[in-house]
This record gives sequence, structure tokens and C-alpha cells, in this order.
Amino acid sequence: MTAVRQPYPFQHNTPLVFWLVWERGDLMNAEIDATSEKFLRGKYAIVGVGETPYTRGSGTTTRALGTYAVRRAIEDAGLGMDDIDGMLSYSGNDSIPSTAVAGDLGIRLNFYMDVMGGGSSTEALIGIAMGVIEAGMCKTVVIFRSMNGYSQIRIGGTGRGSGASSLSGDGLFGRAYGQSSAAQAFAQTFMRHMYDYGTTPEQIAHVKAIHSEHASNNPKAYYKHRVTVDDVLSSRMIVKPLHLLDCCVETDNATAIVVTRMDRARDCKHIPATILSVVGRCCKPRIDNHYQAGPISTVAGHYAKEILWPNAGVGPDDIDLTGSYDAFTFTTMLQLEDYGFCEKGDGGEYVSSGIMRLGGARPNNTSGGHLCEGYTHGMNMVIENVRQLRGEIDDSCPVDANGKRQHTYDYSSGGCRQVRDPEITANLGWAMPGTGSALVMAKGER
Amino acid sequence: MPLQGEYLGMSVAIPDLDRPNQEFYTHCGQGVLHLQSCVKCTLLRYPTTTACPWCAESEYVWTPVSGKGTLYSYGEVHHAIQPAFQQFTPYLILLVELDEQRDRPNRFDGLRINGNLADASGEMAKPEIVATVGIGSRLRVVFKSIGDGMAIPLWTLDTDVKQEAPWRYSDN
Repeated sequence: MTAVRQPYPFQHNTPLVFWLVWERGDLMNAEIDATSEKFLRGKYAIVGVGETPYTRGSGTTTRALGTYAVRRAIEDAGLGMDDIDGMLSYSGNDSIPSTAVAGDLGIRLNFYMDVMGGGSSTEALIGIAMGVIEAGMCKTVVIFRSMNGYSQIRIGGTGRGSGASSLSGDGLFGRAYGQSSAAQAFAQTFMRHMYDYGTTPEQIAHVKAIHSEHASNNPKAYYKHRVTVDDVLSSRMIVKPLHLLDCCVETDNATAIVVTRMDRARDCKHIPATILSVVGRCCKPRIDNHYQAGPISTVAGHYAKEILWPNAGVGPDDIDLTGSYDAFTFTTMLQLEDYGFCEKGDGGEYVSSGIMRLGGARPNNTSGGHLCEGYTHGMNMVIENVRQLRGEIDDSCPVDANGKRQHTYDYSSGGCRQVRDPEITANLGWAMPGTGSALVMAKGER
Repeated sequence: MPLQGEYLGMSVAIPDLDRPNQEFYTHCGQGVLHLQSCVKCTLLRYPTTTACPWCAESEYVWTPVSGKGTLYSYGEVHHAIQPAFQQFTPYLILLVELDEQRDRPNRFDGLRINGNLADASGEMAKPEIVATVGIGSRLRVVFKSIGDGMAIPLWTLDTDVKQEAPWRYSDN
């Protein structure tokens, strides 16, 4: 076979000034202007984060989980319930609305909205929160995702009685062909990347192996044991090219974050995670059937990066650590590649190079991510990067008399997972090949 | 009247309100794959949509296509989720690029159609056939009746042409 390499002019070391947009025959310039403020760059921050334990069998309702995580995030910000007047949540008919959580916590809302959505919703809702605060609709917004993703409604459809309802509408073009789960829906994109660029299963398996190293230093992680590339490749096949260990874990959990404007963020308990740029649910053409718009081995990040980097005033080379969504190992690779962390087609090389490991030049998903920590549709990766920027990662390093964790930077199993002095992070959220979101955060006020 | 049928034990019900899908599967029942063609820009589209994805025109005419194409990508399912498919593993979820409209209207666009690999009579393919198909395989459409004059389109190896060795996933 001959791998077909698509011409793609983007280079890893392209100067920030001109990034060529290469798509469908059109060339245009996307200039990164780091000197002037774009949109709300630097004006909003994440000030609080919270979560429940990641379990299989929470033993309680999504309402109780959501309430717990929201309260934790508000307390983490050093705020009281009365300081919150906006609430957002996302779900796929598997959760509890804002009204229930706010009611339980005695929060009177000036704004709330519960949106339909899974992966990539976190970053999109952060952007919405900024917008509604900017519009004067409310002052401080808490965003949550609560799900019993193992014990109640499993994303993959297992145990949901798949096939029970009649085939009609879009089901005729998917479910009728045994294409119902995310793995079944994305396999064609992943497989084509292997064909187009010679990407190997062994390269991709590094994503799981590396994230498992990170998870071994995360007391919260559902899977804390380290696995090897060989473990991934010898695990049973789910949907070629995905082995069992190429797929994320299913867990019960709730996660929450608090977003507010910088003038309020300054008064919160922790150093703010300042939002430089956000992209929400940016799409490829033909979003209903993204595989009609080729090349299918290119994903939504290809478009999202043209919003993300210019608005942030930074580029991939400035990023100290990434949170590239890992519903599947391939997902992490595809996004890093299309957001420009490496040349198009070199994603397999990038993820197997060691750069993504703790101690590497740009670690990815230091919590262990969806592959190991737990599945929350992306919010836990934002939470992790907020804590990284604070320098307050919750690992097993000793805590001093002042309650401050003394990080050892020893990344061996059971050890530290704090990155040394990170300044800027990027989260790359994924809904599917055709839709993605992203977020660039910086340490403290800029 | 809604059209009702059954495929692999799964019930099919296409309501009257969904005329485009009723027509799509009825054409299949008559043995020729038809796609919607925009009356304004003439481009074909798949699956059925309520307007043209390229010019937003809502009017269309059904146009027969060759039903021949090349495998663009695939997934090979070893862990079936739906009970109807558990007896067929490993089965292929194909993305077949039709010979019509390649690289139109834009470079890398095409008419890419989902489906399973089947034998010439429309039964799900046996594992020994599954093992021979990969990216580049030449395929032709076959139909499996599902009742009420409808059929579902599936894909089988085109035996009228010489097959080049396709690209297949390899675990090494």
C-alpha cells in the first residue's frame, strides 16, 4: 500500500505571526496578534473547581452528586452560596437540571440553562458563562456535569436496551448497520488516519500508557495501575482499530467549576486561572455527516485553532501542558495534531515521543484523563489544568504545616504529578471528529 | 401510511412526515440506489437531507446512481453493542465512496455511504470474506428487502473487476 500524504504547509516551528490556513484549496492568513486584547482575553477566570470521587457505583443520585460537586467548587473559590447567581449544566438526558441543584443549595439564580451535550461542552459553556456575565445577566456562574455513567446510563449504549426502539430517521443510516456507540462511529476516522499517514497502533497505544503513568500519581483516579504499550495492544479488540485499552473508562461522578470576571476573581481564595481564549463547539463542514467533507482524518480542531490561538495571543509552542480529550487514544492524537502541536500526519510520532509524559516538554492529561481518572465529558481535564496552574495538584506529596503541598517532582508511580511552574495550558475538547471546543488558560492575572 | 418493516429483528418505521426517507428506501426496494439531486446546483447528497448542503435549495429530484464505489475507510466491530449484530462479529462498518462526484464540490469531498459488508444476496458477510476487504476494495451495492416495498442498501465485493490488494489494519 502507499500512504497518501496530504500536502499541508503547517510546521511545528512556524513563527507565530503567520499561520497558513490550508483547507479545501483556499489559503488565507490567520495572524496571531499578541499585543492587542482580543475579545475578552484575560478578563475572565476559573476561580473554583470541585468534584465527587470517581466510582463505579456512586450509590446515590445525579442530583446528590451534582450538589456535592457544585458546593465543593464554590467553597474552593472561597465564595458563599450567595455569591453564585448563574448556573449551567450539560447532559444527554442522563442528569439533573440546574434548578434542582441550585434549589438544594439555597442558591437564587439570575440565570440558568441546561444544555444538551456531551464531550466538548465544558469549554463551550465557559464561553457562554463569560457571555452572560458580560451581558450583565449575572455575576458568577457555576458549571456542572453530573452523571452515573457506569451504574445508570452508559454512554456506549451497553445495558440501555439498544435496538429496542424502531429504526427511523438518522438511525436508518447508522444503527441499522450496527453503528451505535462512539467507538463504532469514530472508527472510520481513526482508520483513515492510519491509511493516510502510516500511523501505527503501537504509536497510539502510548497515549494510554502515558496517561496511566499520570493516573498512578493521582489518588482520585479510578484506574491507578500503570499499563504498557504491549498491554494495550494485547487487550481484546473492540472495534478495529480500537482495543479495549484504547477506550476510556466509564464512571459515576460529578464535576463543577466556577467562572467569574477578573475584578471578582482577584478576591477569591486561589490565584485565578485566567481565560485567554475559548472556542465552543466549532465544527467541520457537513456537521450532520462530517465524513462527507474530507479529508476525514482531519478533525474540528483544524478549524478551531484559527479562533483559539489568535484570540489567546499565544500559539502551541507557548503551551506548557495540554488537556487533549481522551475518550479514545486516537482522539488525543488527532486533536494535538490539528491544533498544530505537530505537523499534520505526525500525531503518531508526537504522542509516542515522550513529550506528553510528566517530565516531558508538554505533558498531556496529567490526571490520567478519561482513559484512567474517570469519564466526565471533559470537565475533569479543565479542573486538572486549573490546579496545575495554581501549583496545587492533589497528589500524594507531603503537606507542610501551613497546609501547602511540597511537590517533589518525582514522577515515579505513587509520586508527584505537579508540572514545574506551568504558565499556560490548553484544553482540547472533543464531541466527535466534526465538533470540538478549546480553552487556553494562564496562571494569574495577565 | 407509515412504512413499516423489519431488518435483522429490528423494527423499521418511517412516518409519512419523513417523505425523503420513505422515498429513499422505496427506491432501494425497487433495486436501484437513488440519491437526492439539488434542482439548483445539481449536486447529489447522502444521506437524505431537507435542503442542499451546498446551496440551501430545498427542492430536489431523485437520481439513480451506479451503486459502485471504493472503500474509503472502515471499522471492524468485534464487540457488538446491539443484540441484532452479536451473531455477526466481526462485522465491517463501511464508508464507501461512490464513483460519482469525487472531489466535488470541494477537494476531498465525495459521496460516502455507510453500510455493512454483505454477500451477493444481502446477507451479512462471513468472517472469511470480511478478512479480504480493506481500503481500496471495489464494492457494489446490494439490497436486502425489509418489507412494505422497502430495502436496505448493503455492499458486496464487485466481482466484475479485478481487485487490487486493499489496505487493511495491521496490529504489528
